[in-house]
Amino acid sequence: MLADYGYVGLLLIVAILFPLSTIIISFLFRYIRVRPEKPDPVKASTYECGVEPIGPAWVQFNFRYYLYALLFVIFDVETVFLYPWAVALRQLKVFGFIEMVIFMLILVLGYIYGWKKKALEWK
Amino acid sequence: MNLWDYIYNLANIRDRITDWANGLFVGWVVYLLIALVGIVAILIFLVPSLMAFIWIERRLVGRFQVRYGPNRVGPFGILQPVADALKVLAKEALTPADADKWVFWLAPVAIFVPALLVYAVLPFGPRMSFADLNIGILYVVAISSLSAISVFMAGWSSNNKFSLLGAMRAVAQMVSYEVPMVLSILGVIMLAGSLQMSHIVQEQLDRNVWFILIQPLGFMVYFISAVAELNRTPTDIMEAESEIVAGYHTEYSGMKFSLFYLAEYTNALAVSAIISTLFFGGWGTAPILDKLPPWLWFIAKIYFFFAILVWMRGTLPRLRIDQLMGFAWKFLLPLALINLFVTGAEVLVWEEYDLAAGWIIPSMVIINFALAGILIVAWTKLFQLRRAWA
Repeated sequence: MLADYGYVGLLLIVAILFPLSTIIISFLFRYIRVRPEKPDPVKASTYECGVEPIGPAWVQFNFRYYLYALLFVIFDVETVFLYPWAVALRQLKVFGFIEMVIFMLILVLGYIYGWKKKALEWK
Repeated sequence: MNLWDYIYNLANIRDRITDWANGLFVGWVVYLLIALVGIVAILIFLVPSLMAFIWIERRLVGRFQVRYGPNRVGPFGILQPVADALKVLAKEALTPADADKWVFWLAPVAIFVPALLVYAVLPFGPRMSFADLNIGILYVVAISSLSAISVFMAGWSSNNKFSLLGAMRAVAQMVSYEVPMVLSILGVIMLAGSLQMSHIVQEQLDRNVWFILIQPLGFMVYFISAVAELNRTPTDIMEAESEIVAGYHTEYSGMKFSLFYLAEYTNALAVSAIISTLFFGGWGTAPILDKLPPWLWFIAKIYFFFAILVWMRGTLPRLRIDQLMGFAWKFLLPLALINLFVTGAEVLVWEEYDLAAGWIIPSMVIINFALAGILIVAWTKLFQLRRAWA
């Protein structure tokens, strides 16, 4: 079993080398004069449809995005708990099922509350 | 063993190489050699498939939009992806002056790594996984959600307002669709009783039922949320050309841009493969044509689902961001939860009575299809009512 994880590790090395090598090949093309390299301040400026950019791009953002991230964390942690339960459901029988229904109902209550409070609306 | 045995199940070739290498080298050299064979096999499958996919997509979308698509390079434009690859290699790489240079360079690499890593666990045939992890599908879910980080890296480091807006949208959308996607897979796991990809396929073959028949609702939720995670056209608000130029990769050019492009297709290929593994019996064959190798069946299913993805792209218009988020949280998530409860109860019934009883599976199929139909129609009606009140 551990040997399989070793395979994944080796694939990880290849997965890093593959995109790196394409970038490096493209970089090396400069030396055989396939790829042009003519730097220019206009080329390197930020693209905003031809208008001069005003101020930095790293600005304050709508709070909505963070609210969704919070909701995601709650639900994702809960689904991670569900994975081992789903594998073992056949052994756990009815007891395990009812336990999980109670666990989920608590979460569903919060979900309904959030829905009523309009936490799921995008405004 | 004759030649056909080797073609029928490519794992026999691996075994043959293992036997041959065991006589010559020490253990760890054999291990590395087998890993190398597996990686080369994955790349041999992946690289031509990516090129084929790019070509298929451009041709099909061209046809959907009543134009020709690429038809100049080679017969039917089939060499267009090769020409494009050469072109992007020879393009000047621009880095914006105010960009965060390191993150800007790392993002295209970081988006490709998880896309390729998913292929480690795909079961191409019996014993034909590269690494048949016993946590297979959990590994897929975990790895594929990493791409949200690299999209954000790209958007943040560009120092461009369009890029940052695209990246924020991308993360919000990916995070929202992650939840129904993860929940909808649970039904399949309960039925198969395992996270191992090859085990899930074997379970479907042993019981003579594809899980799409028992899990129509789960399939619908998984399909929609997986497509949404791919950032392709019905849900590509993060690179909506008409709103934010090109979203998170506005500032990218040359090879770095094409890595984003490639990663998108690699992910599309992986999603097609996972759909066919979880819901359509993986390498399972049709009864008449079972002389064909299982891996060929698997690849045929992948191409079929990719064609459906292209079809969706050609047909559906882009959704607005509030519609998209509302769809994930108010439509898909409750349906996935209901599906979870129903499937859990059904698995218990299935376990309680004789597994071999002939009536169980047909009744489950009928109940689940009826339930899926009723729920989808009812939930849609509910939304229409709410809109009428508002």
